[in-house]
Amino acid sequence: MSTAEVVLSNTQIERSLSHTATIYLKEAKYEFLKNLRLRVYTASVISFPLMFYVLFGLVLNSKESIGSTHIPTYLIATYGTFGVMGASLFGTASGLAADRGLGWLQVKRASPMPPFAYFTAKVILSMIFSAIVVALLLVLGISFGGVRMPLAEMAKLIGTLVAGSLPFSAMGLAIGYFVGPNSAPAAINLIYLPMSFCSGLWVPYMFLPKFVRQIALALPPYHLSQLALGTVGAGANQSIATHWEVLLAFTLICLGIARIGFQRDQGKLYG
Amino acid sequence: MIATLEEAQNLKRASSRTAVASLEAVSKNYGEIRALRNVNFTVRAGQVVALLGPNGAGKTTAVKLLLGLMQPNSGKTRVFGGDPTNPQNRMRTGAMLQVGKVPETLRVREHIDLFSSYYPKPMPLEEVLAVAGLEKLRDRKFGDLSGGQRQRTLFALAICGDPDLLFLDEPTVGLDVEARRALWEEIRRLVERGKTVLLTTHYLEEADALADRIAVINQGEIIAEGTPAEIKAQTGGKRIRCITALSRASLLQIPGVTDAKHDREAVEIRAREAEPVVRALLARDPSLSGLEITSAGLEEAFLALTQDNGENANRQN
Repeated sequence: MSTAEVVLSNTQIERSLSHTATIYLKEAKYEFLKNLRLRVYTASVISFPLMFYVLFGLVLNSKESIGSTHIPTYLIATYGTFGVMGASLFGTASGLAADRGLGWLQVKRASPMPPFAYFTAKVILSMIFSAIVVALLLVLGISFGGVRMPLAEMAKLIGTLVAGSLPFSAMGLAIGYFVGPNSAPAAINLIYLPMSFCSGLWVPYMFLPKFVRQIALALPPYHLSQLALGTVGAGANQSIATHWEVLLAFTLICLGIARIGFQRDQGKLYG
Repeated sequence: MIATLEEAQNLKRASSRTAVASLEAVSKNYGEIRALRNVNFTVRAGQVVALLGPNGAGKTTAVKLLLGLMQPNSGKTRVFGGDPTNPQNRMRTGAMLQVGKVPETLRVREHIDLFSSYYPKPMPLEEVLAVAGLEKLRDRKFGDLSGGQRQRTLFALAICGDPDLLFLDEPTVGLDVEARRALWEEIRRLVERGKTVLLTTHYLEEADALADRIAVINQGEIIAEGTPAEIKAQTGGKRIRCITALSRASLLQIPGVTDAKHDREAVEIRAREAEPVVRALLARDPSLSGLEITSAGLEEAFLALTQDNGENANRQN
């Protein structure tokens, strides 16, 4: 075929569904491998919640109870929420900020990659690491904290927490679009750590000062932790639907902010 | 200023070819900075076109506009006759950009595997590795590669989809001479297979070695365009340096000398061609010593081109 024919042949190249699925799978697979090999990521998102749990749930308070709930069980729900939040925020925001700020996202955008595959991969990564953190907490609790719960309850707890990765992934995307590559980890911690404390993820909600408890009602991690606690019979008295509604609204707001960032980047030098 | 009949024919053939990518009266500003000013520029099928210019001239901006990574403030960008952001066009395009950071924990073959998956008919992995000279580095993590090896990996990502149109933004930056020549060979082979290439560079030598056409860009404007021979003819050719008793006035009288100036104990002469001038110099000054002949560098080429523009303007006044 001559050059002119190659150029003029304007046949539409349609991607088959299976080809598109392959792209999404590969994008997710390599996003996972990339972060799995990144010690900063794995060490911080997995080891911090586990360390806290071992110290406060197994070493210090393992014989105590909050209400009728055994502390090692109670803290799986709260440190689980803490872990899910960390895995999701660091899984999306820091990677996105680095890719945007240092030109890699432009290389991807110049390629025929479906843009949605890039974001989906980050969300899947966050959910996988969330599941790993929660599973490890359960293993520790069962092995050393005398945690006992029916399989169905355990599945519900894991399912709730992993689904709870979505609002924080959305939040991470929003943050990733508005912070620089070097300031990303600091910016994430600045939001992540105070929010965790105020939501009762470190000190159980009922032991928090009154004004902090009022702040907690406006914070998404509080609502996720209440849903998780609900699965082990330790939830507060609000309705489950309300918690999900707050998380859904929060997710939509964050996606809206991320979308503004995405569109802003289309016209910029870096992005 | 066409040197040979063959070149004239090439040029004729070239201008009848289909335009694959073009900027039409494009201007682009970054706030106050005007990166491109009313640029017209066309890449035709099967050609290698070099956009030659110093850092900050607007080369990368031109490439990013053609890749649809940003929009011009005015004017039109076209790729394959349509919008550069069209996903259909992207499936036929490959790009090598200057990147600050590439994910370092993925291996070379993993990066290629992922990018290949985006394209409808990618080249086999082994072929990509061979073309980019990465066979022995396939399992190496990107973070463990040297600067030149990283460039080659980015090149591999640009070509792995077997695209019809290839954008290479400063492809040989950071490569040693051997690696640079190897990459040139690969680019030539791609063109033999009917590919079209737009490359940016600040090496005149590179543009000369590869391009069918060169567009010289400076401060956002294209100041010269033509075949390599035409561009070189405009850029003042050779620089002759020697220690001589001849005065500046008598040097300027030698046919072919375009400029002469004293530089410490020696004199620097600029000429289109070195040989006739050197013959004349040696004949007129038997005591001449310290003779050196060098090609005009890009910096001088720019000076020559911008000075030419100035002189022409003066003459018109």
